[in-house]
Amino acid sequence: MAMKIGIPKECHAGEQRVAATPETAERLQKLGFSVAIQAGAGAEANFSDDAFREAGVEIVEEAKTLWAESDIVLKVRAPDIDCPTCRDETVLLREGGTLISFIWPAQNEELMQKLAARKATVLAMDSVPRISRAQKLDALSSMANIAGYRAVVEAANQFGRFFTGQVTAAGKVPPAKILVIGAGVAGLAAIGAASSMGAIVRAFDTRPEVKEQVESIGAEFLMLEFEEKDDGSPNTGYAKTMSKEFIEAEMKLFAEQAMEVDIIITTALIPGRPAPELITSGMVESMKDGSVIVDLAAEQGGNCALTEPGKVAVKHGVTIIGYTDLPSRLATQSSQLYGTNLRHLLTDLTPGKDGEIVVDMEDDVIRGATVIKDGEITWPPPQIKVSAAPAAKPATAAPPQPVEEEVKKSGWAGAIGLAVGGILLAALGQVSPPEFLSHLTVFVLACFIGYMVIWNVTPALHTPLMSVTNAISGIIVIGALLQISSSSGLVVVLAFIAILIATINIAGGFWVTQRMLKMFQK
Amino acid sequence: MTSGMQTAFYVVSAILFILALGGLSNPETARRGNAYGITGMALALIATIFMGDQVHGSGYTWLAAAMIIGTCIGLFLAIKVQMTQMPELVAMLHSFVGMAAVLVGYSGYLGPTHTLTGAASIIHEIEIYIGVLIGAITFTGSVVAFGKLKGIITSKPLMLPARHWLNLGLGIVTIFLATLFVGGEHSSTAITALVIMTLIAFVFGVHMVMAIGGADMPVVVSMLNSYSGWAAAATGFMLNNDLLIITGALVGSSGAILSYIMCRAMNRKFLAVIAGGFGTAGGTVASSGDGEQQEYSPETSADETAEMLNNAKEVVIVPGYGMAVAQAQHTINDITRKLRAKDINVRFAIHPVAGRMPGHMNVLLAEAKVPYDIVLEMDEINEDLPKVDVVLVIGANDIVNPSALDDPNSPIAGMPVLEVWNASSVVVMKRGRGVGYAGVDNPLFFRDNTRMLYGDAKASVDAILGNI
Repeated sequence: MAMKIGIPKECHAGEQRVAATPETAERLQKLGFSVAIQAGAGAEANFSDDAFREAGVEIVEEAKTLWAESDIVLKVRAPDIDCPTCRDETVLLREGGTLISFIWPAQNEELMQKLAARKATVLAMDSVPRISRAQKLDALSSMANIAGYRAVVEAANQFGRFFTGQVTAAGKVPPAKILVIGAGVAGLAAIGAASSMGAIVRAFDTRPEVKEQVESIGAEFLMLEFEEKDDGSPNTGYAKTMSKEFIEAEMKLFAEQAMEVDIIITTALIPGRPAPELITSGMVESMKDGSVIVDLAAEQGGNCALTEPGKVAVKHGVTIIGYTDLPSRLATQSSQLYGTNLRHLLTDLTPGKDGEIVVDMEDDVIRGATVIKDGEITWPPPQIKVSAAPAAKPATAAPPQPVEEEVKKSGWAGAIGLAVGGILLAALGQVSPPEFLSHLTVFVLACFIGYMVIWNVTPALHTPLMSVTNAISGIIVIGALLQISSSSGLVVVLAFIAILIATINIAGGFWVTQRMLKMFQK
Repeated sequence: MTSGMQTAFYVVSAILFILALGGLSNPETARRGNAYGITGMALALIATIFMGDQVHGSGYTWLAAAMIIGTCIGLFLAIKVQMTQMPELVAMLHSFVGMAAVLVGYSGYLGPTHTLTGAASIIHEIEIYIGVLIGAITFTGSVVAFGKLKGIITSKPLMLPARHWLNLGLGIVTIFLATLFVGGEHSSTAITALVIMTLIAFVFGVHMVMAIGGADMPVVVSMLNSYSGWAAAATGFMLNNDLLIITGALVGSSGAILSYIMCRAMNRKFLAVIAGGFGTAGGTVASSGDGEQQEYSPETSADETAEMLNNAKEVVIVPGYGMAVAQAQHTINDITRKLRAKDINVRFAIHPVAGRMPGHMNVLLAEAKVPYDIVLEMDEINEDLPKVDVVLVIGANDIVNPSALDDPNSPIAGMPVLEVWNASSVVVMKRGRGVGYAGVDNPLFFRDNTRMLYGDAKASVDAILGNI
């Protein structure tokens, strides 16, 4: 029996998003599901009922009917347990049904209890683990991306000048200077949007490894003259709380920047904690009149001391935007991305493409997302091992970059190998002449150099690498050269042939490498 | 004895070789790197020929003759070779290094004996033995690899019964011969042992590469690259020459890393590749056996293909590495534009591992100015393929191989592929009729709705463009 998916209208005040678009609804039907949507659910996001109907979606007038008829309910916001229109959405959910939406289980304990009481299976889009395989269903990243973009649009709306610098007949216009704090998904999106509008963008993040990403989209990365000790804390793909010295250095930097820049966009969040206060009221005061601050962390208390969550406030001549619903303000886009995230999740949940979902608790991604399974609370999930050795290359690169998922080989094997090698070497040292050992040293060191150098070779040049190593391994000609003047005729003949073929290698190898490398120049 | 000047030159050329490899980290620095390599080689040769006392008398005549002939042949090969034939050339060059190592080993042994005693002498003989052994394996292994790449030798894995035992036996005999050779003090027994070992190593090299399937050839070529390096390093030990040791070690580790990278890209274990076949021997033989019986799908022409495209409503183009080699992307873009102007929906389907690097195809298409919104990922387009009228496969093979899904014995079983066979018709552009580079049969080429368009991809797409 194919299951039925229902998409109710979001009842939270001001919420404009919808959990499916005609396009994703069509794709869901390809997975074998039948799809129904509440009338007018997509209206705010500019998806008309007719468009849904055209995509083969059934339109249901009443929320109650829709919830009751659906095996799986897709939503954006967590079910409202204190809603003015429908009172309590959890009651609407069919007993034993499946719900997929944002849940925020840590903050919504009462909701979790109510859902569990309905014997429901609940998948929380906010609990999808941040590993590379799950990126296509990472709704937090999709929404953060939109929030970052929208933050720039809101700032531009409040800011009284151009972003880009111009020289006009009426005088010179300086470009706007923008500081983005936190280079996660939202921060990077903001940097991209702002720099493509022509502003001078600077960015700061506590993780120095994001420098490259920041620079790649056209911003200057502000460095702290400060070394943070690695405390070996687990790598979660998020920023973490920093030491006191670090924060002092950071605040000094912000204070300097505040006097200089026109717009500050803050996106600093630490999971499970209130947002860190980075922009003090003193800094706001020091900003030029007409400056703008967009605080993307407003919902978690704000990165700016003067932020009023959900509102635009003007303090000391600085406009501080504290909207908490930025993705909803770009409803068409965010519905589309969120809908696609949901579709990817459902694709993973429907291995048979037969319209039957299978909640496979062995699958790390599905396990992570599932917060309630058949009425049993399964949150928080066991930790997924992202990287075993914290000293290894930190994988805090903000998605969309893939997170290093490879589990490093345990250090033990290496240690044992080293020990065995050491013993063998010692034994060898007992019996062999020193000359041999010195050659062995050279050999081992050269192997290491080779190892270091070759890993840096770009994959595009692997073929030239082979031909050039081919050419230089023609160095074996030296062996033959040393023997060509031998008194033995046989040796001369052997050496002659060896020189001949090794020279073919040298000449041929170098020349063909040169030919190939020329093609790489464009 | 090497003079101080000679040693200094060797140090400089060793550094230049390292810089040569380092330069390859970036296409911009790569040519300079190659220049470093050439300089390093020239310095090493000058130092060896003119600065020591090892070369004298008639030696100069001989070496001049050998080097001039060798250079001419080498340049001739390098200038003539097509880019698509690079693997063959590389394999051939490997065989030369292997052979040179064998020859140098022999002449080192037969030449005037060093006055070495005790452990030093034993170590010296072991060095000779190992150098010849690796050199010989590299030589025949590379020759077979060359034959397989060239298509002279079938690229299907040769599966002798009890081949692992055969290898083990050869290994044991080799070790036994080593005991005869080392400490044999140039007796006839010792020389016979060396000769027999060389022959065994030749057989071993042939057998090892024969057992490896065509799809694993990239691993084999890079592995032989590595071997040729180790052979040079062993020769360096034998001759007490640090430059040879360093260069050999560089090349050896380079080849080893490349083999590792190749294995990882194909999701295969290195040992499984080297052990030959495809792990489960029976399955491979069976499936390739089936392939031989079947007829290839009928051949088509560029006109016919153009006609099919003209009459289609939905077209999907699947590019592979073959398109990159043929540099056909610009013409493909022209075709795309013409078809789109006729209201035909043309899209591109990109497999994650198409090409030689992630996103390679996207870059090429972008370079040719194909609009990116019609370039789709495998996941996005697979379920739409049944509705497509014509799929054009250009220089791709494994990524459109249905046996990945329906043949559990297939070496690529479980690898996600583009399900192009679900479309109404498929045109496969292929370089030649041979089983080709990958020894894995592709049942796509035998399907009823498949048409084969043989020839160079660039020429084919040019001809198609002319007829649209």
